[in-house]
Amino acid sequence: MKSLQQRHDFGIAPVILFLSIAILVIVVAVPVLLILFNAFWVDGTFNLADVVKVISEPDTYQALINSLIISTGTTIGSTIVGTFFAWLVTRTDIPYKGFMKAMFLVPFMLPSFIGAMAWKMLLSPRAGFINRFFMRELGFDGPIFNIYSYAGIILVEIMYLFPFVFIQVCGALERMDPTLEESARISGAGLFTITRKITIPLVLPSILSGALLIMLYSMAHFGTVAVLGIENGIFNIPTLIYQRIHQSAGSFASIRTGTVLATVLVITAAFILWLQGKILTHGHYQIIAGKSFRPMELKLRALKAPLFIFCVAYIAFTIVLPTVVIFLVGGLKTYGLPFTWENLSLNNYKFILFDYKLTRDAIWNSVTLGFSAAIITMFAGVMISYVIVKMKVRGKGILEFLGMLPFSVPGSVIALGVILAWSGKYGVNLYNTVWIILVAYIARYMAFSLRANSAALEQVHDSLMEAARVCGASMWQTLKDIVLPLVRPGMIAAFFLIFLPSLRELTVSIMLYSPTTRTIGVAIYTLNEDGETVMSAALAGIALILIVVGQTLINRFTARKGAK
Amino acid sequence: MSHVRLVNVTKKFGDVTAVNNLNLEIGKGECFSMLGPSGCGKTTTLRMVAGFEDLSEGEVYVGDRLISSPAKNYYLPPEKRDFGMVFQAFAVWPHLSVYENVAFPLRIRKLPATEIDKRTKDALASTNLLSAAKDSPENLSGGGKQRVALARALAINPDVMLLDEPLSSLDPHLREEMRFEIKDLQRQYGFSILYVTHDQAEAMALSDRILVMKLGVVQQIDTPLNVYNKPANKFVFSFIGLSNFLELVWGVNGAPTLKSEDGTPSSVPADILPSDAVCGAQGASFSIASRPYEIDFVAPDSGGLKGVVSRKSFLGEIIDYQIKVGGQELRVQKGRRAPGPEVGETCALRLLRPFFYQ
Repeated sequence: MKSLQQRHDFGIAPVILFLSIAILVIVVAVPVLLILFNAFWVDGTFNLADVVKVISEPDTYQALINSLIISTGTTIGSTIVGTFFAWLVTRTDIPYKGFMKAMFLVPFMLPSFIGAMAWKMLLSPRAGFINRFFMRELGFDGPIFNIYSYAGIILVEIMYLFPFVFIQVCGALERMDPTLEESARISGAGLFTITRKITIPLVLPSILSGALLIMLYSMAHFGTVAVLGIENGIFNIPTLIYQRIHQSAGSFASIRTGTVLATVLVITAAFILWLQGKILTHGHYQIIAGKSFRPMELKLRALKAPLFIFCVAYIAFTIVLPTVVIFLVGGLKTYGLPFTWENLSLNNYKFILFDYKLTRDAIWNSVTLGFSAAIITMFAGVMISYVIVKMKVRGKGILEFLGMLPFSVPGSVIALGVILAWSGKYGVNLYNTVWIILVAYIARYMAFSLRANSAALEQVHDSLMEAARVCGASMWQTLKDIVLPLVRPGMIAAFFLIFLPSLRELTVSIMLYSPTTRTIGVAIYTLNEDGETVMSAALAGIALILIVVGQTLINRFTARKGAK
Repeated sequence: MSHVRLVNVTKKFGDVTAVNNLNLEIGKGECFSMLGPSGCGKTTTLRMVAGFEDLSEGEVYVGDRLISSPAKNYYLPPEKRDFGMVFQAFAVWPHLSVYENVAFPLRIRKLPATEIDKRTKDALASTNLLSAAKDSPENLSGGGKQRVALARALAINPDVMLLDEPLSSLDPHLREEMRFEIKDLQRQYGFSILYVTHDQAEAMALSDRILVMKLGVVQQIDTPLNVYNKPANKFVFSFIGLSNFLELVWGVNGAPTLKSEDGTPSSVPADILPSDAVCGAQGASFSIASRPYEIDFVAPDSGGLKGVVSRKSFLGEIIDYQIKVGGQELRVQKGRRAPGPEVGETCALRLLRPFFYQ
């Protein structure tokens, strides 16, 4: 009897384990391996010389250099901006801190390619509203700023990426033991000396870790460069991969260039993540407060008003202005007309929501794709996390590695890998169908789900499950009645962490779409490329509303959960 | 001669009065402790002296120099006060070596390099840290980190040392050791100490005088011996050591009567009253305080307080009795060899040093 019972329980564990491995291998490992294989193997032999040749082609080489220039500039700029604002809202007596902190986090929500489009409307050399205003009204000879440039791309990326540093440094400054600074003060140091010699060095690991995240993100970033760079022939690695794959549908040379570039991206990303891990584990100081007093606030005195105005201006210029421009342009009858009441209406919004097949399909595709990907990834994530966190099996380290791999694999690389794996070469052809996008989304967002679910599962102590087993529940009953209800918050978090970003996804879908499988991001981008600026802006406006409403709902939901 | 002087100091956080009209004089070279439960205002007082908190009212002087006075709109920032300070959580900077931590206040004062080196090494030597000078403080134990904090505070050779529960993050054994080290350093350097703690043993061992505080109000300022032997009120009595309180009222003809919840007052023999007891009006309440180890069992026929043993616990060196007297409980502690009644037995008690509080 007893042995029978055991054998029955034993049945479920291997099934879960097998399924977990199968999902991760098929969805994540195969595409990445195929990229490496295609990059290094030519006609069945290992060929490094060819890789070097591909990299030294002028276009590829230039793309590598451009990625480096743009990501370096973006990283330095964002780090300065993020650290400065973080210091301002945590350590000074600047007014309306809570509001400003919330505003500085808004760019996290906004898709940067939509921001890039807005800046293109504002600052393109000839047609940009700001440039035109200066040339026409103030008599300038030429544009005051050309957004189609390295500087333009870097500035736009900074606007959307600095929150990575901001949020890390804010956290570190808020958690830091105030007596570390007070003891410097009683030692005789003034506030600027303390900031320079004590505060900044102590939060340096957080600054660096945020900076590396930005570097990683910017290296692999598609949207901004795609919108602003192509005009002047500025390509970075992801946009060049896209351009090659897109223009020469599946030719051998373009696939090779793509895989080699993708390999460079993966290696760089892995290196950056390794470095970040090192900084976080070894460089982190124990600076967290035991008993907490309010930290000292630097009295800005005469600088208070100017700095406050600067912050408000920054928020108005980088967050409010582009958003307003998107909505206004979306309401214009024709692009180029001045913003007067006669020229503005809601007709475009009505048209793209109800009558225009292309955009209606795109919204439908994005919503269904996002929903399916989120549901599948949520359940798969729970199962795999369960194996990683709770089952004592050998080889679960490999599962963990595979699951977290997509964190270091940029979207364009995943898309390329998915093309290699699922376009008929190995028996299954999903190319040009909506399914290939779904597979790519699952691969891309699996890591999000694993993270949320692992965190939830770690909260469930083993004894809770053992107690259920002692009460006579089988393993399956234990999972169903004890574990799943307890990790439900983690699963819901995973769902939203996937559903919302997939609504604004561009990098992966742009590589995989066919005329009938456009997503919202693809539709906005292609309409904009085709000169349908007004329609593109209107759809972007709708996307922004969807995202902001969704994010607000989540924040409500998680805030209530947290309060409980 | 007074060295640090607080005059009518009050601190309000919104509607809450954290410190109420505090007057205090600390002598030169004196070790002065502020003792009280958490939230009593002792740390706030220390932080006002340090300059991390503004005063709401009152003035603070060091020697003849005014350092804080809201009325005169005068406030000397902490970095200009030249105090040494040690915090509970060490607050040793992890990105600087032990040596650089200690040298920091000297470098801020832009002393010549040779002077900085000499003073740093002196401070490190007096805290037994010379061998760890080049280490990162992160590798030191809690005691080691606290020594670094002490050395850093010593480096400028301050007149006043502010210690904010400096030992409460350490384990009990280390705590005792560091207590003596602080005392030794004081003898060597001659600074005055303002010491904040919630540990009465620590305050007793270190201090020349103790201030006991409750909810922002001073309860008693006196030498450790006097605080222990003559607690000014019930709060001080209960805060220092174990305590028993019998609640009584004055009955007919000034007979002390035990209060009881069921309304059947039982009178007690008048000889348990301390000699300083002052008879009050009929019906007025008072308390008699006693220490559990200052109560004797006496023969039942020799008078004393009658009670029934409700619990008897063997604690190793001592035996702890719980005795029901009327409706109230008394705790009695006797050495393990002393004879005593068993649970359920009636016994008679004599309070050796009763205290009378109205």
